[in-house]
This record gives sequence, structure tokens and C-alpha cells, in this order.
Amino acid sequence: MNALALEGSALVGRNLRRIRHAPAITVMTQTMPIVFLLFFGYVLGGALAVPGAEYRSFLVPGLLVATAAGGLMTGMFQAAQDTHRGVMDRFLTLPVSRAAVPLGQAVADLLVCAVGTVPMVLVGLAMGWRVEGTALEALGAFGLLLLFRFATTWAGILLGRVSESEEAAGQLGSATFMLPLLSNAYIPTDGMPGWLRTLAEWNPISAVATAVRALFGNAPVPTGAAWPVAHPVAGSLLWSLGLLAVLVPLAVRRYARR
Amino acid sequence: MTTTYAVLSEGLEKRYGEVHALRGLDLAVPEGTVCGLLGPNGAGKTTAVRILTTLLAPDAGSARIAGHDLVRDPAGVRRRIAVTGQYASVDGDLTGAENLRLFARLLRLPRSRADELLEEFGLAGAADRLARTYSGGMLRRLDLAAGLLARPSVLFLDEPTTGLDPRSRNAIWDAVRGLAERGTTVVLTTQYLEEADRLADDIVLVEDGRAAHRGTPAELKALVGSRAEVVLAGAGPLEPAAAVLDRLTGSAPDLDAERRTVGAITTDPTLTLPRLVREIDAAGIHIVDASLRPPTLDEVFLRLTGRKETAA
Repeated sequence: MNALALEGSALVGRNLRRIRHAPAITVMTQTMPIVFLLFFGYVLGGALAVPGAEYRSFLVPGLLVATAAGGLMTGMFQAAQDTHRGVMDRFLTLPVSRAAVPLGQAVADLLVCAVGTVPMVLVGLAMGWRVEGTALEALGAFGLLLLFRFATTWAGILLGRVSESEEAAGQLGSATFMLPLLSNAYIPTDGMPGWLRTLAEWNPISAVATAVRALFGNAPVPTGAAWPVAHPVAGSLLWSLGLLAVLVPLAVRRYARR
Repeated sequence: MTTTYAVLSEGLEKRYGEVHALRGLDLAVPEGTVCGLLGPNGAGKTTAVRILTTLLAPDAGSARIAGHDLVRDPAGVRRRIAVTGQYASVDGDLTGAENLRLFARLLRLPRSRADELLEEFGLAGAADRLARTYSGGMLRRLDLAAGLLARPSVLFLDEPTTGLDPRSRNAIWDAVRGLAERGTTVVLTTQYLEEADRLADDIVLVEDGRAAHRGTPAELKALVGSRAEVVLAGAGPLEPAAAVLDRLTGSAPDLDAERRTVGAITTDPTLTLPRLVREIDAAGIHIVDASLRPPTLDEVFLRLTGRKETAA
């Protein structure tokens, strides 16, 4: 375990240095949500029946969760790059733990996401969004966001590791921006047709978005929703921990497979 | 004295779907020697290296690398080997120094060891540049330096000089020779016969996933024999000279009307250059040049593998 910590931290350093040398993708994945926030908040929000200020308070937590779900994309890009380039041969022929490479990637990604959340929170505050609950609940909300990010990154790592090529992973990764559209991240699910509503509410993003809104005190838990949304904190924890319990061993096995 | 083998493999097999990449490869590389796996693209050389370096599991067969069982103890193997891949096994998005320091840290080596190797491989000046901006030769040197951080007992080099200019190639060759002199066992794959000839103590000709022939460079050359060749004067027909060479060597001569040469391979030790010249002269044929020399490894390779093609 000591060995894994040492090797993992060396690889966290590696991933952070890579981002410093080639920040484009990271900057893009962290600033796109801010563009979305402004677009939905002012362009679309003006046309919605919900009062604008209220909608923006609903939207900021939703975008924070959508950004957390971006771990799917960043995880996939990075794991596919490593997998399809020569450096992976070096890592796999070194006497290091097979879990060190994905762990280092996932932890580095988590740190980047934690820092990358700050500008978004600032833009949200400027748009009139406020933490309306207690500080402890707000901390809980950020904790859930980061836990969810960690889970989606591992999903991305697994998909990137099994990808056919960097291009294939890039295309699939880019397509994942659709996932928050099929949730309550941007709009409430009440108005959706029955089947779509069910689908959207079983999207893990919906549970986390509902939980974060409730913990920030921005919006109440909707009534009559599917279980993970009706019990959002428990639903978020179950989704994130459940995904991690399945994905981490699968991903590590893929790195160990010869 | 018994020989200790750094690499000992038996019946290694690997299939990729329909493609039978390795069909029972046996290797025995004594400690401290350089073994060259020579063969064309697709012969199975890279698959062999990937199996021996624990990147791939063999479908069948077994191997011991530096005393560790490849299948049961891959972690033990990894502690004793290093690989320099066909494509540089370094991170292009890190600087040269960051690469070596990362690998050093993963190997529990001090940072000074990384700096030492940057210096040794002439990369100190480029240490803070991203590896993806390096030239092919610099990348290969960085890759080799990364492989040597932990002073491995067995070093695998997969086509270490493919695509390099002659100067970079010589630098890699010097480094490999230096390692061998200090007792490191080296297994290298190459398509270049000159490379195998210069570096390898033993050569294994790999063809269709098997060791088709093996021996020292001299033995492989002797297996094929020598090449007798005459260059004719004037503009007369080549056939009379061909008839003489046919009789002397017992093998079918090749004729080149353009260069006005007739040559044939011989394994007859009694055929000397003076005898060749005397016999040609006795037949009333005028020549301007004659030679009897060991074949190049290129000729060995073409002949040994070409033979198999005709048999198949």
C-alpha cells in the first residue's frame, strides 16, 4: 500500500506537469461550462417560464455537476493517449503497481477539477447565485461533487483504456457532453414526457444535481421523482460509490492484463 | 563451467486471431552476451520482445528471464529488465528531465541518477525541453537512458536505430557496445544485417514466428558459403564463364549483363582465388577482376530465407 502511495503520487505529479505543459484541453473542459452557464442563464433563461434569477440559482449547481461529469471525457482522453502511445510500455515494464497509472491520473484529475471549480463558483456568484444553506451543507455539496467527479473519471479511464484509438476515444468523449442534457442539470424533469423523465431521473447526474441544489439551499427536492432524485444525498452517494466499486477494479484489471 | 542464460525461452507461441505471430520460438541467450533477433517486418520479432518484457502473455511456452519465470513471476522479471521500444517509450508531453526523474522516482532511485544519465547521453542541454520537440536520435537516447536508470541485467532493444541518421545510429551502437562490455545482456531486434553483424555475439534469424537459423555472424556466413565473382573484359557472351563457375561451385551462377559479372555461391573450401583465376584463364576467358569473399549478412539473409520461400 505504501508502494502504491509513492508510485501513485509520482504519477499524480506526472499528470499535473503534463497539464502545465499542454493546458488546452483542461482549460477548455473547465471553461466550456462557464460559457454554458452564461448561455443558459441569460439566453435561454430569459425565454423560460421560471423567473430568471430563480432559474440561474437552479442552473449554477446543475452546471457544477455537469462539469464534474466531464471527468468522463478528460479521463477517456488521457487514458486513450497513454494507452496508444509508447510511454505505456515503459510504465508497464517498470516494477510498479498496475493500479499506479490510473490512480495517478484520477487523483490529478480530481485536483484539477477542484481548482477549476473556483472560477465557475465566482461566475455563479456574480450571476446572483448564493449558498442559501449552512456552511456544513455547502461543504457536503462540494464533497459530493468531487466524489462524483472521481467516479466519472474512473469510468473515463476504463473506456479510454479499452478504446480502439485516440481518435475513437476523442469522439466518444466529446459525445458525453450530451449526458447532462438528459438529466435535470439544466432544466427540471417535471415537464418531460413520462419515459424521458424516468430516463433522466435515473441518470446519476440528476441525483447529484438535486442533492447539490438541496445542500446549497437553492431548490427543494422535487416530489414524485424516481428514487435517486427523491433521496438525492443517499442516491448520489450510492451512485458514486457503486460506480467506483465496479469501475476501479475493472480499470485496474485492464491495466494489469497482458 | 556451465553457462548461465539470461534469457531462456521454450516454445513461445502467440496468436492474434488468424495471425500466428509466434510458432514456438526457442531462445537461449547466455549472460553478458548480445543476441540479435534478425528478420523482416512481420516475422514476430516485436511480439517476441513484448512477451519477454511481460507486456504480452504467451499463449503457450515458457521463459525464464534473469532467473525469474515469465508467466508466474512477471513482477520479478520487471525488476531485472528494461526495454527501449520501437516507438520511444517516454512521455512526449514532459521534458527530458521530467521523464527521467519520474521513472527514477518510480524506481526509488535518487534524482541525481536521472541527471547523471541526462549528462551521459548528451541530453543535459535539452533537459528542459519537451520530449516531443526532440529529434529522432535524441528521443532514442532519452529512451535508452530511461531504460538504464536501474542498471538492468537484461536490456531489450526493439529496432533501436530504425529511422535514425548514421550519426545517431553510431551513438546508439557505441552505447550498446559499452553496456555489453560491462556485462549487461542485450537482446535486440533489427532489420539491418549490418547492425546485427556489428553488435551481436549470436544472431537468430526469425522467420514466420520461429528461429529459422542461429549462430555467430561468422557461422551464419559460413553456412551460406563464399561468393565467387568475375568481371569479364570485352563484350563477349557471359555463358562460358558461367559454365566454369557452375562446374567449380556446383551452384547456379547469376549473370549480370549490365555490370558484365558472373557470380556463384560456393561452400567448397578448396576453391581459392588463385584456382578460380587459373580455371577461368584456362578456359580462354578474359577477365578484369575476380573476387572470392564471405557473403554479406544481406546475402545470407536473402539466401537462407529465399530458400525457404522456394520450399514453401
